[in-house]
Amino acid sequence: MGEGSWLLQSLVFLGAAVLAVPIARLLGLGAVIGYLAAGLLIGPWGLQLVTDAGAILRFAEFGVVLMLFLVGLELDPKRLWQLRGPIFGWGSVQLAGSTALLAAIGVALGLDWRVALVAGLALAQSSTAIALATLAERNLMPTTGGRSILSVSLFQDIGGIAILTLLPLLAVQAAPGARPGWQTALIALGMVLAIVFGGRLLLRPALRWIARSETPEIFTAASLLLVVATAALMQAAGLSMALGAFLAGVLLAESEFRRQLETDLAPFKGLLLGLFFIAVGMSIDFAVVLAAPLAMAAAVLGFVAVKALLMVAMAWRMKIPLAERPVFVVMLAQGGEFGFVVLQAAGSSALLPAATGSFLLAVITISMLMTPLLMLVVDRLVAPRLARGAAPPMAEIDEAQDAPILILGFGRYGQIVARLINACGLAATVLDHDAEQVASVRRFGWPAFYGDATRLDLLRIAGAADARVIVVAIDDVAQSLAVVDLVKQHFPQATLVVRARNTTHWYGLHQRGVEHIERETLDAALMSGRSVLELMGWERHAARQQALRFRRHSIELMQAMAPHQGDEKRLISIARQGRQELEELWSREREERRRTRARRGEGFGAEAPAPPAPPDRAGG
Amino acid sequence: MAEILVLAAHPQMDHSRVTRTLMRAAAQAAPARTEVRDLYALYPDYFIDADAERTALAGAQLVVWLHPVQWYSMPPLMKLWLDEVFGFGWAYGPGGRALQGKDLWLVASTGGPSASYRPDGYNRYFLDAFLHPYEQTAALTRMRWLPPLALHGAHRASDEAVAAHARVFAERLAAWPDWPKLTAADDTPPCDVPADARPAAEDR
Repeated sequence: MGEGSWLLQSLVFLGAAVLAVPIARLLGLGAVIGYLAAGLLIGPWGLQLVTDAGAILRFAEFGVVLMLFLVGLELDPKRLWQLRGPIFGWGSVQLAGSTALLAAIGVALGLDWRVALVAGLALAQSSTAIALATLAERNLMPTTGGRSILSVSLFQDIGGIAILTLLPLLAVQAAPGARPGWQTALIALGMVLAIVFGGRLLLRPALRWIARSETPEIFTAASLLLVVATAALMQAAGLSMALGAFLAGVLLAESEFRRQLETDLAPFKGLLLGLFFIAVGMSIDFAVVLAAPLAMAAAVLGFVAVKALLMVAMAWRMKIPLAERPVFVVMLAQGGEFGFVVLQAAGSSALLPAATGSFLLAVITISMLMTPLLMLVVDRLVAPRLARGAAPPMAEIDEAQDAPILILGFGRYGQIVARLINACGLAATVLDHDAEQVASVRRFGWPAFYGDATRLDLLRIAGAADARVIVVAIDDVAQSLAVVDLVKQHFPQATLVVRARNTTHWYGLHQRGVEHIERETLDAALMSGRSVLELMGWERHAARQQALRFRRHSIELMQAMAPHQGDEKRLISIARQGRQELEELWSREREERRRTRARRGEGFGAEAPAPPAPPDRAGG
Repeated sequence: MAEILVLAAHPQMDHSRVTRTLMRAAAQAAPARTEVRDLYALYPDYFIDADAERTALAGAQLVVWLHPVQWYSMPPLMKLWLDEVFGFGWAYGPGGRALQGKDLWLVASTGGPSASYRPDGYNRYFLDAFLHPYEQTAALTRMRWLPPLALHGAHRASDEAVAAHARVFAERLAAWPDWPKLTAADDTPPCDVPADARPAAEDR
């Protein structure tokens, strides 16, 4: 490549991106689709401005590596450890489940079982790049759905190592020079340990030393070097570069350089990722597509549908909030770039006929191309809540706050709390992770901040370390509990006041020793109950009294049941007994009142309303 | 179970000087045998747990009512407490012996100076005249009515005067039941409510 062509290529890529992405966003299509379209446009089947898509793709893959490094930076080891269940549990369900289903279909269609298995493995992968880019674009990373997508994607990267190790074993004759599986596994383990310990012992002092030179571009160079070196190490060992970068990111998540690394690497990541998507757009081979368009369409729709069904079932079992499920399903139903690697490896071990390989390659690419469009359909047809995620990203809270009250979550619940205390002349700092919500309450003059309350550093900036009271009014149960854990551990001076979404959430909070828990529906429902009693002719005060008694009973019952969580039989018997006692007591009272009224000659109607209040008032 | 039960009631405790000071003094005077219940803090929603209150009363031998005089009477929550807790058949009437033999001591403060609580003052009566309902409540429930302790002109009392008053209060608490010139517990006149004071269920 001469100097001229280098300039020309840059011109083409940058020009295509700068044109296509804003247009795509203007049309409400998202940046990813803009890049893909740009790739189609300049690629061998478009204007033929660039022809070597494969080389570009290999180069641009580094964007994915950078992205995983940055994702790792957002997750400190403790949070990663909390995700171990979803990663290994649900990740393996996704990978094994999709592979098995797809391979079974392949065998049913008359494929050789080995070919069917390889195809299943390749198609079971999903695009980490598209998924994480979409999550970031929509600010869905802190949600349960977002974390679940990350977990499954991470497992695909981990599982990928095993797949690449085992593929040669499937081949009729092992490829020359292949290492035995156990050796690869040992090397993998060694590498991971090297990164973990090297990261712990060496990285931070090294970065500190570099930072002291106070040459900004050298720190940037060092940041890049760090990721490149990690990736190179992993690749040398035959492991996933992205996974290594992710681990390095996690190790640096708690270091003082997190912010700096993020700011330095973000532009590189953005550009390389864009290039990656352009390359994907370019690499689609229309010759293969046009050779059998119907079979291609059937294959794409078929495998996406099969994976989507599995994801729907998983989303349901994982109790992902309804509004976040469509993203979860669409992001993991598509094919992914790791599938390319699998196909390549299978091809070189002569496991897969070349024609089948390029057919599958096109299938995966088209499914990736389809994903943003599918997202669009989902947005238009499914939850309007998802549309909110498309709001422009907002700057996170970055100025230290010092109000004595911190309100986390500024939805319907948090707003009422905040308005009351604010009207009483108390200052509160408000944090919400929904950019749209923050933007709208700011229009009404609330100084709300944007940020994810499950992040320790943002809590610190928001003033959690000095707060006397921290109100947790977050919708998402898992996040609410995560925040409570963080506060309990890092800000023990603050008293927690927490909204409970439901009884399970209530028990979770109770178990964590939170004293001030309110079930969000209890009081409103009791007020409605009072209205009904009043409409049925009860005296207003009597209705109030009864509602308050019911409230006390309900809370006492919850507390009595708390120690027996998990013992369902016991819980049912306590609940039943509690309800029975209340019913008996109140029916006794009704009977007494009926007799009193009868005595006073006020009629006989047992149904007649009467004050249930103290049956025995002192009277002169 | 605390032998001395202090029931404090002030709708705006943070504006209170006397009641708050005395409440604190009560907690320190004889901590081992005293329980202080701040009614407005316990029942901000005016939803009294009568069972809990009766349990606390059952263990006590001296019941202290500590409150400012409002409209010649007790604050509303204290009156509600009385209505809910001193039930027919529990505190008085047939079978109502739960409070029998206990001491009842009123510790009150008034906004008006002592000069106002005189026939020639704007309150026209001595404070005692307003306390007949209290005294009769004690009699009806067979409790011994102890001589009340009152601080007049609470708004204008100097800090020293309030502190001195609190000292007297604490000393009396600590000394109880060995107060000079107390009548014997069974000297209170009997006030039995006849069994037919309330129509019984069998009447009709």
